[in-house]
Parts: sequence; structure tokens; C-alpha cells
Amino acid sequence: MSWAGWLRLIVVTGAVLLLEVLCRAGVIAKTVLPAPSVMAGDLYRLLASGSASADIGETLGNVAMAVIASILLGFVGGVAIHAMPRVRRALDPFLATYYAVPFFVFYPVLIVIFGLGAAPIVVIGTLFGVVAMLINTLNGLDRIPRVLLKTARVHGMDPVRTALMVKLPSAAPFLFTGAKLAIAYCFIGVIAAEFIMSSSGIGYSIAYAFNNFDNARMYALMLFIIVLVTVLNAVLFTWERRIMQRRRR
Amino acid sequence: MHGKTDTLLVIVALVALWQVLHWIVGSVALTSPADTLARAVELLGSATFWPHVAETGVALLYSLLLAVFGGLTIGIALGINRLAGEVAEPILVSLYSLPKITLYPVILLAFGLGLSAKVAFGTIHGIIPVIIFTMNAVRTIPPVMLRSARVMRLSPPQLVSTIILPAALPELVSGLRVGFSLTLLGVLIGEMFASQRGLGYLVMNAIGGHDVRTMMAVVLILATTAVLISAGLLHIDRRMHRRTA
Repeated sequence: MSWAGWLRLIVVTGAVLLLEVLCRAGVIAKTVLPAPSVMAGDLYRLLASGSASADIGETLGNVAMAVIASILLGFVGGVAIHAMPRVRRALDPFLATYYAVPFFVFYPVLIVIFGLGAAPIVVIGTLFGVVAMLINTLNGLDRIPRVLLKTARVHGMDPVRTALMVKLPSAAPFLFTGAKLAIAYCFIGVIAAEFIMSSSGIGYSIAYAFNNFDNARMYALMLFIIVLVTVLNAVLFTWERRIMQRRRR
Repeated sequence: MHGKTDTLLVIVALVALWQVLHWIVGSVALTSPADTLARAVELLGSATFWPHVAETGVALLYSLLLAVFGGLTIGIALGINRLAGEVAEPILVSLYSLPKITLYPVILLAFGLGLSAKVAFGTIHGIIPVIIFTMNAVRTIPPVMLRSARVMRLSPPQLVSTIILPAALPELVSGLRVGFSLTLLGVLIGEMFASQRGLGYLVMNAIGGHDVRTMMAVVLILATTAVLISAGLLHIDRRMHRRTA
């Protein structure tokens, strides 16, 4: 591991230890935040008892569906819009301001359209993720070096081969960034939708525990999400760096 | 002006899509554009609506101030100190992609119901993108500028005000734009749960009372305002990037 990597580990461990000490010493009240070790213990018991497995499975399933939908739709949409410069110019301000619209408020509308159950949640997650993928697809296609396209033309490559052998590999790092963001946004969208008004899933479980003063379960689930998302991000971040470095060479 | 007509066409297309959706699912789920607009005008004319707007506005203003100034300070510090930035970046990125709504109960327990919880919620949403953008902006400042600053013995405040801020300004505006959207989202989510006032509360209240018309009208007003402000920032953003390019 690099020097910065070790430092990072020390900083994060230090922060957790500090939190532990503050909680144990009573500086942070037990009702506001239990000590990290207590949370971890609760999480272990919760996972071991299996009482949260159904919720966890459901949320992960919803996120997976939203991720697949946003990556596919975002990629296809990005390629299509890139091919039509005028449409693109008209859409640009809308894409750039897309995330200014708070989507959760559409949830009740979606329930009526898609019915109760997983569909409206997956749709919210997809709405969150798709534009990140779309914007990055456009970005990636924009940054393909001209000279590569010219070379492809000189060699008389047909459009399909140009796409597969030149465009796709060249845009790949941006596509990866888009996919990474789509995954993060889908998590946010799905969990928030569950939190606001659903009757199952991790988000709902946290809201339910909160309303019933079941702090142990609430914090355990919160810790679960934080650890899960952090690990997932760390993996994607490292992977992305490697891809970017390869491109720079 | 091709651009303006094209934008108008997109708006027309969006409204048409809305109308078609309305015909498919009916008024119970989705009021028609005309009906929603009528209700929006009605809301904008009523005296009970404006205190909610003011409430959301105040919360948004406080959160933005905290997010922007906090984010700038932290971002500049992390940008100047390369090692600190390298250590912090992955941590910031994972905080950015964390579903912060899960932290909402903690915020509520720590700050109580009301304005401070909303502001805290808005700030934690908005501050991280501002930090990330500022940090990256400061990092891309040509080293020669920083070296000349050292040669001329600029004090840290002088360094920030004469070199770093002007050089990083375009990126800062981009960060501000993302920060604005997320801060608004944070404040609204805060209001949807932790408040008895504000536009987020109005939406939640309308959802609870199956008042789709009011819900859609508030969403329309919110979305329009957010998009307009964001588009304004985008305009400034583009101009700045063009000037430096």
C-alpha cells in the first residue's frame, strides 16, 4: 500500500477510535449515537439472527435492477444523443440541471402508474442513475482523439468495427466513471425511496426502527449500509484509477 | 438563435409527454399540465403559501452559506497540501456516494426538529461536492504560479486571494452548481420529515391528503425554480470556462 493509503487507514481508524472514546466517556449521549463497537455488535447479532436478510436481499435486488437499467439506458441514450448534435445542444441545459429536481416527490405518482411493490422503487433508482451514465457516455464519446477516428477512416473501417475497435475502448474510462456514479446514485435513490414510503427494504427498516425507538436495529442497519457502500466504492475507485492510468500511458 | 428555439422545443416535448402520461394514468395519479399550472398560479396568489417559501428559502440560504464557505476552505487546504488531498479524496468520494438519508435519524436526534436539522441536512449534502471540486481546481493550478508566489513571498491570505481563487474560479462555479442542487435536495428531504413548514412539508402533506393537484403544483414550482437557478449558474459556468480556455 502507498504512503497515502497507510495514512488514510490511520485517519479513518483514528476517527472511529475517537468516536468510541467520546461515546464511552459520555460526551456524545447514548441516545444520539451509540459507540461504534456497540453498533458493530448489534449488526453482528442482526445479521446472525437473519431477521434482516429479507430486507437486505430486497434492497440489493432493487439496486441491482436499477443499476442495470440505468447503465443500459444511459449508454444507449448517450450514444443516440451524441449522434444528433442539434438534439444534444437543446438537451444540454436540461441534462446539466437534471439533478436539481428532487425526484422523491414523484414517488406517489409512480405508485399509481406502476403499482405498489418493487417497480416504483426501481424506477426512482433508475431515474437517479441514468443521467450520470448518459452524461459520462457523452463525455467519453467527445474525448475520443480525432486522430484515432481519422486513422479508422483511412483504414476503411466500417462503422460497426470503428465503434467496437476504436470508439468503445477509447471511451471506456468515462463509461466506467459513469457506471460507478450510476451505482452510487441508484443506491441513494433506492434507499431514499424505501425510506420515504415503502413497506420493505433496508430504507424502510431504518425508518420503521426510528419511529419505534429501536435504536439498536436502526444503527446496526445504518452501519451496514455505510460499510457496504464504502467497500463497494473503494473497490470501484481503485479499479477506476487503474483504468485511467492505463489510458494515460 | 437556434439554441433558444431548440430549448423551447424540448420544453414543448416534455409538456406533451406529461399530457400523454396524464391521459394514460388519469387525474388520480397525475394532473394535466394545464390543471397543475392553474393550481400553481392559485398557490402563488395565496397568502398561506409564501411563509412556506420563506422557510425553505432561509434554510437553503444558511445551508448554502455553510456548504460553500466550509467547502471552499476545506477544499483549498486539501488542494494545497498534496498528501492531505490524496489521503482525503477516497474518503470524500465515498461520503459523496453514501445515501445520506440513512443518517437522517442521527441528524434529527442531534439537532432536534426544526430549522437547524434542515440546515444540517442540506449542508452535509452540499458541502462534499464543493470540497471535491475546489480541491481538484486548486490541484490543477500550474505549479509555476505557486512557485512565483513563493518567490514573491506572498502571505497565505494573499496567496488565496490573488492566485488560488482567480485561477480556480471556473471549477469553483461548477462545484457551486452541483452543491446548489444537492443542498436543495437535502433541505427538501429534511423538510419532508423533520418539519411542519416549508415546501418539502407541503409536498408531504399533499401526498398524505391525496391532493395530487397541490402536490404536482408545488413540485412544478420547485422544479422550475431549481432548474432556472441551476441554468443561470450553468450560464456563468460556461462563460468562465470559455474565457480561460
